[in-house]
Amino acid sequence: MKEVVILSGKGGTGKTSIVGSFAALAQKKVLADCDVDAADLHLLLNPSITEENEFWSGQVAVIDDEECTQCGLCQDVCRFDAIKDFRVDPVPCEGCGFCSHICPVEAITMKESLSGHWFISDTKYGHLVHARLGIAQENSGKLVALVRQQAKRIAERDGLTYIISDGPPGIGCPVISSLSGANLALLVTEPTLSGIHDLERVRGVCHHFGIPALVCINKYDLNEDNTHQIENYCLNQGVEVAARVPFDNAVTEAIVRGLPVVEYSPGRATQEIESLWQHVTCALEQ
Amino acid sequence: MIISVASGKGGTGKTLVATSLALSLKERDKVQLLDCDVEEPNDYIFLKPAFTRSEVASIPVPEVNEEKCTHCGKCAEVCAYNAIAVMKQKVLVFPELCHGCGACGYLCPEKAISEEAKEIGVVESGSSDGIGFVHGKLAVGEVMAPPVIRQVKEHTSREGTVIIDVSPGTSCPVVEAVKDSDFCLLVTEPTPFGLNDLVLAVETVRELNIPCGIVLNRAGVGDGKVEEYCRKENVPIMLTIPLNTEIASFYSRGVPLVEGMPQWKASFLGLSDKIREIVNERSSDTER
Repeated sequence: MKEVVILSGKGGTGKTSIVGSFAALAQKKVLADCDVDAADLHLLLNPSITEENEFWSGQVAVIDDEECTQCGLCQDVCRFDAIKDFRVDPVPCEGCGFCSHICPVEAITMKESLSGHWFISDTKYGHLVHARLGIAQENSGKLVALVRQQAKRIAERDGLTYIISDGPPGIGCPVISSLSGANLALLVTEPTLSGIHDLERVRGVCHHFGIPALVCINKYDLNEDNTHQIENYCLNQGVEVAARVPFDNAVTEAIVRGLPVVEYSPGRATQEIESLWQHVTCALEQ
Repeated sequence: MIISVASGKGGTGKTLVATSLALSLKERDKVQLLDCDVEEPNDYIFLKPAFTRSEVASIPVPEVNEEKCTHCGKCAEVCAYNAIAVMKQKVLVFPELCHGCGACGYLCPEKAISEEAKEIGVVESGSSDGIGFVHGKLAVGEVMAPPVIRQVKEHTSREGTVIIDVSPGTSCPVVEAVKDSDFCLLVTEPTPFGLNDLVLAVETVRELNIPCGIVLNRAGVGDGKVEEYCRKENVPIMLTIPLNTEIASFYSRGVPLVEGMPQWKASFLGLSDKIREIVNERSSDTER
């Protein structure tokens, strides 16, 4: 069993369109949407949810008005400015429990908080594990880890060959959580200066954690000078450019129809994504 | 006035909107741009600021004085993040799990715990052609963006207009960057992905009780469902930017829209007027 995670650093470079297409191209796989705070993969795969679970994680402080003597010690020690006028604002509260330990009259208790939901779904392409972090919630890294764990469990149970994960943008907590221990990262970038800058940062994260990476330049023909710059960067870093996907209106049209682009149009983008999946399977076998 | 620029979905044009709004406004107001997308800060590529100051972004993590420590285990007991483990002879600290709450040091009966600063990034400040500029960069391999964002926001100017560029998504880094704003602009595109993530972003800013409006970018691709949603939810679409290869080309080369196509300045000034109107109306409502 091999796991590939699709990342980009910069958002909106085409991760989900690529993963949706891999879903249609790959045999014996389970899909994981690790972008838990803005998940989009389900919009291409038309899943029917077979299992829904609550994600309880972290705690929130609650002050009992009747016990509270308004001494103000909790407000003084809280480093997250979560307590004002002897009330806890659950949004900034990081659940550290400092206030509950020092309250002289034990008026503060810590309550488990419902931070989101996670799902196992059936799609015509196989199982999909996905999640929905609650609005303005923390612990996205833990929810990502849970999604990957479930995908792995399904892969082991069903004897599957591949776990294909749609990763979040950025380089922080949820990205590291989606990457650690994976076999391969596919970095999808675009030929803009922002795309190049963000590719360098996310490639740095892969390097830091020792995860091999491949690069896909999406919409490469929008600025061929920048595409050359990306190719030079990859050459210098010893990272293979596995695909150059041309700009193709079919990609957006497929999103509007809720389909992976490889199932919508036999055009230029589809051909390149098919060859990209071949590259990825070869890299995973190494 | 503080205006944050957020989006839910990444790559919809936050950077384009934040930089062009700052450049348009600077002719009539004092403007500061804070790039709080500390995982992938891009505004500096467009504004090319001269940085005059660089400070380490850090979180306080515990340091245990083994000579004073009696291995009583109190610190490990109170740590909500399992960042400290107490063995018979030794205390292990896992700085990457620590949130820097300070409970362990305060509650240690032997006063054996002090704090040291753990570097997790950098905050750079300077200016770009009259615009005050500050951004944060989370160090590669670090997980915790919110403390870096807090440190960037410590630079928030009290006068003029402050524009905050926010990371994509709806979780803690977004909340940290957007909170305390007077208004939040949500940049989206008219596709099912754009709409799905816009709905989440609107819910998030409503949770924070901040008024919001939409910038619809790449209008012409996709479908009309974003407009439908905005009508239904009574969220104003305040600026529409069409799908246009010239705009995309300037963006790809790191040229701000209003520099490449100055005719857009009036639209961004109009956008800022509309925001000010909504913010003023709201503050007079609260006074009443």
